[in-house]
Amino acid sequence: MENTLYTATEAKTKGRRLSRLPRGKDAVIWVLLVLGAIVMVFPLYWMFVTAVRPQDELFNGHFSLFPSHLAWSNFTHAWNKLPWTRFYINSIAIALIAVVATVFINLLAGYTFAKYRFPGRDIIFLAMISTLMVPIQVIMVPEFIITSKLGLVNSWWGVILPRAAEAFGLFMVRQFMVSIPDELIEAARLDGASEFGIFRRVILPLSGPVVAVLVIMTFMWRWNDFAWPLVILQNQSSYTVPLGLNLMKGQYFTDWTGIMSMGLLSIIPILLVFVFFQRYFIQGIASTGLK
Amino acid sequence: MNVEQVRRAPATRRAAGGGGFRSWWGRNQRKIVPYLFITPNLVVFTLFMFIPIIGAFYVSLTKWSLIGSPTFIGIENYVQMFTDPNFWKAFYNTFIYTVGTVPTSIALGLLVAMGLNRRLPGRTLLRSIYFVPVIISLVAAALIAAWMFNDNYGVINSLLNAVGLKSVHWLSSATWAMPSLIITTLWIRLGFNMVIYLAALQGISPEVYDAANIDGAKGWKLFRYVTWPLLAPTTFLVLIINIIYSTYVFDLIYVMTGGGPGFSTTVLVQYVYQEAFQQGDMGYASAIGVFLYVLLMVFTLFQWRVTRQGEQAS
Repeated sequence: MENTLYTATEAKTKGRRLSRLPRGKDAVIWVLLVLGAIVMVFPLYWMFVTAVRPQDELFNGHFSLFPSHLAWSNFTHAWNKLPWTRFYINSIAIALIAVVATVFINLLAGYTFAKYRFPGRDIIFLAMISTLMVPIQVIMVPEFIITSKLGLVNSWWGVILPRAAEAFGLFMVRQFMVSIPDELIEAARLDGASEFGIFRRVILPLSGPVVAVLVIMTFMWRWNDFAWPLVILQNQSSYTVPLGLNLMKGQYFTDWTGIMSMGLLSIIPILLVFVFFQRYFIQGIASTGLK
Repeated sequence: MNVEQVRRAPATRRAAGGGGFRSWWGRNQRKIVPYLFITPNLVVFTLFMFIPIIGAFYVSLTKWSLIGSPTFIGIENYVQMFTDPNFWKAFYNTFIYTVGTVPTSIALGLLVAMGLNRRLPGRTLLRSIYFVPVIISLVAAALIAAWMFNDNYGVINSLLNAVGLKSVHWLSSATWAMPSLIITTLWIRLGFNMVIYLAALQGISPEVYDAANIDGAKGWKLFRYVTWPLLAPTTFLVLIINIIYSTYVFDLIYVMTGGGPGFSTTVLVQYVYQEAFQQGDMGYASAIGVFLYVLLMVFTLFQWRVTRQGEQAS
């Protein structure tokens, strides 16, 4: 896992050393990559421009890449059309609780599968990992039935619980734990530490990197989740932010400034997490191949 | 305490009938603790994965609308599936979408990764820019795309008009709705494939290239005979993941076109959702889901074998 790391810091220092402009073939490649990057970033720019453009400028037939002035009132206007405060409370609560639950149970299980020998270990682990490829839509129907039998429809836990044990997270944690030397655990055992004490005092402090990746990936998944919440959250008061966005498209089809302003707001948390913890994102995706 | 003692201890203790929980636990915790530690995980997996997987197979053999209990009807749902024109249309749409998105986004991802693996100014920033669409929600991405592809006020038609081309009915015509979805998907997925390839390219040791340079391999030949073969395992992984993503696409299409206009962009997964939660035909929906899953498993195994044979041959 370590060597697949996309070393942002290393790249930064190299970039500084190479501040001179590229020549020849490199120059052509560089120009093409910059043009590509402009195309890639344009949709986000367009989202921003639409969100802050005065609404009457949108449909007057004049095409302009820049708004005449910034209409920040679009945001409050759109915010008040739907219970967005409620949607954000739901989304934030679900993402945060899910992060804690997912990290805790996968860390404990991943450590156990890596460091204990017990009958049935390999069978259970393989059965869990083999579900990596099962998409939610295949099991959506029975999963919905079970979740509703547990009385979790329209609740935070209905979104959190079914996704709390991630095959991906388990796999990643196990790979990480295998690299922790057994001697550390044995030494703690000789010192009379309890098994959970070993996990808490020896393993947990060493698990920083894998916890960071798991935290960030879980946050992103739960924040962006759509298909499962769409099924399980049926009252508007239990909606998450993506469901609210979808509702807006259906209800106010022409209110594009409103949709873009709320859309922009919805991606800001994940963009902030990305700016500060970029390397963990990249590491999570590069080492598991999961988005 | 050696292993033999640990193993024998509980039996003798129980026979002796004393010692208390504390000392019993002291001797046995290493055997019991692993199961305790995996219990939360196991419970969640069982309830929300293992049982639903078996359940999906079972429900697919029944007629059930969630009200009352399921009636067993054998393989009738599967028979219905193969004679349902909508199923085949959704199958066709899924196929077109997959073929339209997978090779293109892999090729673009590899190209950009190779470019950004060179020492170029600002490459860290460029990598981030290419990667950002991956992390934003598919719902937000779909809304941006729907607005940009808007027939009357979308920026894409405005740009076409600016260079003297006619507007295209992107999302309101059955011809152009699918291409719009494919273009949007490329935007979202390019950075994902780029990151995986970039990690693989950085894993290739410089000595390999030094050796290739001595042998005089350059440009296309260097790529064809050195880089590409070394990337084979990565390409296999990327291919499988991309096919899975494309086959199971839901959020993007649900928000962007809702499967329309008409039935023109309804894919299998969307059809499953409609049949289950709008028509209330749980059995039929499950049958399609099971079919889809089996199809992908077969494909993955086939792909894996082909790749392995390729490796053995070379």
